[in-house]
Amino acid sequence: MVRETEEYKGVWIFAEQRKGKLLEVSLELLGGGKELSNKLGVDLSAILLGHNVSKLAKELIAYGADKVHLVSHPLLELYQSDAYAKVVTDLVNQHKPEILLLGATAIGMDLAPKVAVKLKTGLSAHVVKLEIDEKRRLRQIVPGFGGKVMAVVVCPTCRPQMTTVRPGVFRKPARDESRKGNIVKVDVDITEDDLRARTIQMVEEKPKEKPLEGAEIIVAGGWGMRAVGGFKPVRELAELLGASVGGTRPAVDEGWITEEQMIGQSGKTIRPKLYIGLGISGEMHHTVGILGSEVIVAVNNDESAPIFQVADLGIVGDVREVLPQLLKEFERTG
Amino acid sequence: MSFLNVIVCIKQVPDPQYLSKITIDPISKTIRREDVPAVINPLDKHALEEGLRIRDEYGGRVIVVSMGPPQAELACREALAMGADEAILLCDKAFAGADTLSTSYSLSLAIKMVGGFNVILCGNETVDGSTGQVPPQLADFLNIPHVTRARKIEFIDEGMARVERSIEYGYMVVKVTLPAVIAVTREINIPRIPTVSGILEAHQREIKVWTAKDIEAEEERIGLAGSPTQVVDIFSPEIGRKGEMLRGAPEEVVKLLIQRLHELGVI
Repeated sequence: MVRETEEYKGVWIFAEQRKGKLLEVSLELLGGGKELSNKLGVDLSAILLGHNVSKLAKELIAYGADKVHLVSHPLLELYQSDAYAKVVTDLVNQHKPEILLLGATAIGMDLAPKVAVKLKTGLSAHVVKLEIDEKRRLRQIVPGFGGKVMAVVVCPTCRPQMTTVRPGVFRKPARDESRKGNIVKVDVDITEDDLRARTIQMVEEKPKEKPLEGAEIIVAGGWGMRAVGGFKPVRELAELLGASVGGTRPAVDEGWITEEQMIGQSGKTIRPKLYIGLGISGEMHHTVGILGSEVIVAVNNDESAPIFQVADLGIVGDVREVLPQLLKEFERTG
Repeated sequence: MSFLNVIVCIKQVPDPQYLSKITIDPISKTIRREDVPAVINPLDKHALEEGLRIRDEYGGRVIVVSMGPPQAELACREALAMGADEAILLCDKAFAGADTLSTSYSLSLAIKMVGGFNVILCGNETVDGSTGQVPPQLADFLNIPHVTRARKIEFIDEGMARVERSIEYGYMVVKVTLPAVIAVTREINIPRIPTVSGILEAHQREIKVWTAKDIEAEEERIGLAGSPTQVVDIFSPEIGRKGEMLRGAPEEVVKLLIQRLHELGVI
C-alpha cells in the first residue's frame, strides 16, 4: 500500500460543534495542531460542519486556524455519521492534508474510523502525545492495556495520518481576535437518502455534578471509600474546596459516581491544579488520566500502593481517620 | 417481525482485573501476558447478551464471530455456554499483527460469508487497545450503517431500529436502517452467567475455525501487511514524581498537608 505521501501537505483538525457551540477539545486541537504545523512549516486548517455556524469559523481563526473549510447544510445541523463521513472524505481527497486530528469524543470516535476506511489510511486512538520525526512522519504515542503499555505508532505509507485526541491532552491556545485567516465555504449535495443512520434528536442533560473538564481542584475516590460507606465524605471535601468530584472504575461500578466523573484510560484526562485521591490504589488505567495534574495528593492505607509513585504529596493512613481530619481542617481554615 | 438473525463480534482479551501483571520484555520488545488470564472482552458480553435477548424475543439465530490465536477458542466456547447458536473463529498466522483496518476487513469477509444477518452487535471498545474503531470500520467494509455507544435498541420493523446512543452530557436518538452494526455500552443490559448445563453442552459443540484462505482474503490486506499503522516502539510509561511522604498522627499530617498546599499555591 505504498502511495505518494509527498503530495499531502498541511495539518487539519475536525472542529466539532454541538448546538452551535464549539467543543473545548476542538480548540485544544488547534493548540496541538499549531505545534505540528509550525514544525512542518505548513498551514493549520479546520473543517467545520453544521448549519448556520459561520460565526464559529471566525472563532476557529481567532484560536489559531489559518483556514476554515465551512460546510453548512440543514441536514448537517446534527451529527450524521454517513453524511459527515462523506463530506470529510471528499474534502480530504480534494486537498490532501498530511495530518488529520479529531477529538476523541462520542462523535469524533464514531466518525474517524469510518473516514479512515474510506481513505484507506491508518488511525490511532486517543493519543497522549504527538511528535514529528526526522522523516517528517507523525509519531503517535498511544496507551494500551489500560495505560500499562505505551506504544509509538507511525503510519509510514498512507496519508493522511489520522488520530483522535482525548479532551485535556493539548492546551487551548489564547484567543486572538486580530488573527487573519481564510474562510472557504464549501457546497455539498446531501439528501435524506444519504442518511442510513439518521440522528433525529440530540438531548443534552444537565451535568449531575460539577464537570471534571476545566476544574481547578478535583477530589477523587476509589474502592477504598467502601471503608466509609461510599462517597459522602468525598463530596463534602469537594464542596468545601469548590472542587469537582471524580473517581475510578470501581467507584462507577459501585454506583457512587456516574461515568461522566470517571478519570482514566476509559474515562477522562484531567488537568487540574490540585488532585486529591482518596482510597485509590493507583492502577495505571486510572493514573494515566491524572498525570496532567499540577499537584497530586494521595491518601491510602497501603504504603506500597502505586498511587504514591505518581503523587507529589502522600499520606499513608486510613481514610476513616484522615478524611474527618481533612474536613475539619479545611472547614476551619475555609 | 418473524425473526432477527444476529451476529455478535467478540474478542478474547487479558482479564482487566490483572492488567497490572502485564510487562514488556525489554529485549524483544514484546508484551508478556502469560500470567494474565484471558476472558471475553467485558463489553462484548453485553453485546452477546443483547443478541440473545433479541433472539429470544423475535426468534432467529445468534452467531458469534471472533478473530484471534487458537486459544481464543475458549472465548468462543464461553459464548456458546451463554447461549450462542454457533461460533466461528478466524484463526491464521496470516492475521497476526492486524491493526483495526485489517481486522475490520477480515471480519467483514467472514460476516459476508455467513450472510443472512439483520444486525451485527459489538462491544463499543475492548480493554486492550480500547480504540473502539472496529465497529464503524466493519460497517463501512460491509457498506452498511453503524451506531456506536448504544445504550438502548428497539426494533421498529425488519428494516429499521431506533437506537439511543450516549454522548458526553446527554444522548442522541438515531433511526438506523437494517442491517447495521451497533456497538453497545455497559448500560444496555446485565450479561447472563452461563449455567452448568450450558457449559457442559458447549464443550460438545463444534467451533468452526476459518483461515485467511477460507474467507478468500487478499493477502496484502490482512495481518501486518494490511495494516497502515505500525508500532515502532513500546515502553512502560515513566510516571514517577518526586513524592514527599507525610507521616505522623492524622491531625499533624493533615496540617502539614494544608501548609504544603498553600506553599505550592494550589489552594
